[in-house]
Amino acid sequence: MPAVRFQQVTKTYTGARGTFKALDEVGFDIEQGEFFGLLGPNGAGKTTLISILAGLNRASSGLVTVMGHDVRSDYVAARKALGIVPQELVFDPFFTVREALRIQSGYFGVRHNDAWIDELLSELGLTDKADANMRQLSGGMKRRVLVAQALVHRPPVIVLDEPTAGVDVELRQTLWAFIARLHREGHTVLLTTHYLEEAEALCHRIGMLKQGKLVALDRTANLLAGTTSTMLRFKTDQALPGDLAAQARITGRIVQLKARDAQAVEQMLAALRTGGVTIEDLEIGRADLEDVFLEIMQGGQAAKAIP
Amino acid sequence: MMLAGAKTLFYKEVLRFWKVSFQTVAAPVLTAVMYLLIFGHVLQDRVQVFPGVGYTSFLIPGLVMMSVLQNAFANSSSSLIQSKITGNLVFLLVSPLSHWAWYVAYVGASVVRGLCVGLGVFIVTVWFAPPSFVQPLWILVFAALGAAMLGSLGLIAGLWAEKFDQLAAFQNFIIMPMTFLSGVFYSVKSLPGVWQQVSHLNPFFYMIDGFRHGFFGVSDVSPWISLAVVGLSFLIVSAIALRLLVTGYKLRQ
Repeated sequence: MPAVRFQQVTKTYTGARGTFKALDEVGFDIEQGEFFGLLGPNGAGKTTLISILAGLNRASSGLVTVMGHDVRSDYVAARKALGIVPQELVFDPFFTVREALRIQSGYFGVRHNDAWIDELLSELGLTDKADANMRQLSGGMKRRVLVAQALVHRPPVIVLDEPTAGVDVELRQTLWAFIARLHREGHTVLLTTHYLEEAEALCHRIGMLKQGKLVALDRTANLLAGTTSTMLRFKTDQALPGDLAAQARITGRIVQLKARDAQAVEQMLAALRTGGVTIEDLEIGRADLEDVFLEIMQGGQAAKAIP
Repeated sequence: MMLAGAKTLFYKEVLRFWKVSFQTVAAPVLTAVMYLLIFGHVLQDRVQVFPGVGYTSFLIPGLVMMSVLQNAFANSSSSLIQSKITGNLVFLLVSPLSHWAWYVAYVGASVVRGLCVGLGVFIVTVWFAPPSFVQPLWILVFAALGAAMLGSLGLIAGLWAEKFDQLAAFQNFIIMPMTFLSGVFYSVKSLPGVWQQVSHLNPFFYMIDGFRHGFFGVSDVSPWISLAVVGLSFLIVSAIALRLLVTGYKLRQ
């Protein structure tokens, strides 16, 4: 039994401006104990898919199960098996951190849960904030409470919807250390993130959504191996010669050029020299997940691993 | 398990208004006392509604019930709209709580708030006129049933409204006129014939009339008729509220 199953999930919104297909027959399984990454640009349908999983949204057609329980017909068991960290930084301003956690635990029918609540507070560095009102917390602290709220009923499946967006380095480290521990203890983790290096480092398998369709699904290692390209990275303040500029990915002073092989690298360097471009910090490396991601999103790579 | 979930939501809803009780309990008590001071003072020697009952004594039960109803409505409706607008309703939406648990908790907490405010108004107004309890059971029945009906109506309004001004419109154009035109400040028998008949179409009239019957043993209509009308209205409003919760109206797209 998979931890999560999406089967031909379609979501259509009908509005004043016609119909919009947010998800188009998306189907894949996440096995128990897996650390799964769901990637895609803004508007690709990631949050819609997760909302359907959580019961916040309803699929127009298709089936979604959590630990074998249908999220519609068997929602009590499905929701008990799921812990969701929402993307938005939401909180209830009436309560303290401890009250919020006790209340959330109570909703799931788990009372007298203070030992676990204390452990969550300690693991997430919230112990000294336990009796502070939610309003008094910084954004990062509120994010920690959201994580604690999602885990308070000890769900086997944890969903993190862009948990590190706008979060400082320290919290990111604390969070990943804690999630890694939960994963080692057998929890299944579904992560959506914009930080591709996080996905590359953490996720066993990755699914990519583009305009509501699943366009890639494979082990992270296979996705990385699937791209044969080499990356040439350097910094420069000057403009690149025309044909290089057309294929370069430029972020501020950093230029990245994709090359098929060593000979192509040599040709690029020659073109830079001929064009009189001075470069610094030259690196030649393998393509990373970001390159794979861009390649797929630009439609370059076939979604070969999709069954 | 589900009972524990509903209990928690009920507890949370009560704790929510209790934490700001100055605003949710003390303020409406003060408002009711203002009405009593002004109307009671101006009309005490000029109006007699029931034989042998002074105007201030007549007014007190109406004001108590009006406070019960308005605050019961305010509790469920404002809690829901705040949670919707700030986004923290997501904590409830991801929980396994059933529609019954939502209904019982929101309406139950509304009844508690309504009764707290009603009791507050009553305790303060005791100084203005000695209370009488001719048939106290009617007092309790109508207070609880009226609060539950308005709590359910607040649940519907809170689910329907997407913005604070929509909720305010519901409150100002439906709840306020229906309470003011229900006979809080007068007996509907003092109205011209047509308006008497219109008043008899207003379920709020029966809540106030039945509630007042408990204090004086006299009323415009029989308390049994009032009980039937209020009971039926409560069932209809509850059925609508539960239906909206089951279908996830404006909650789950």
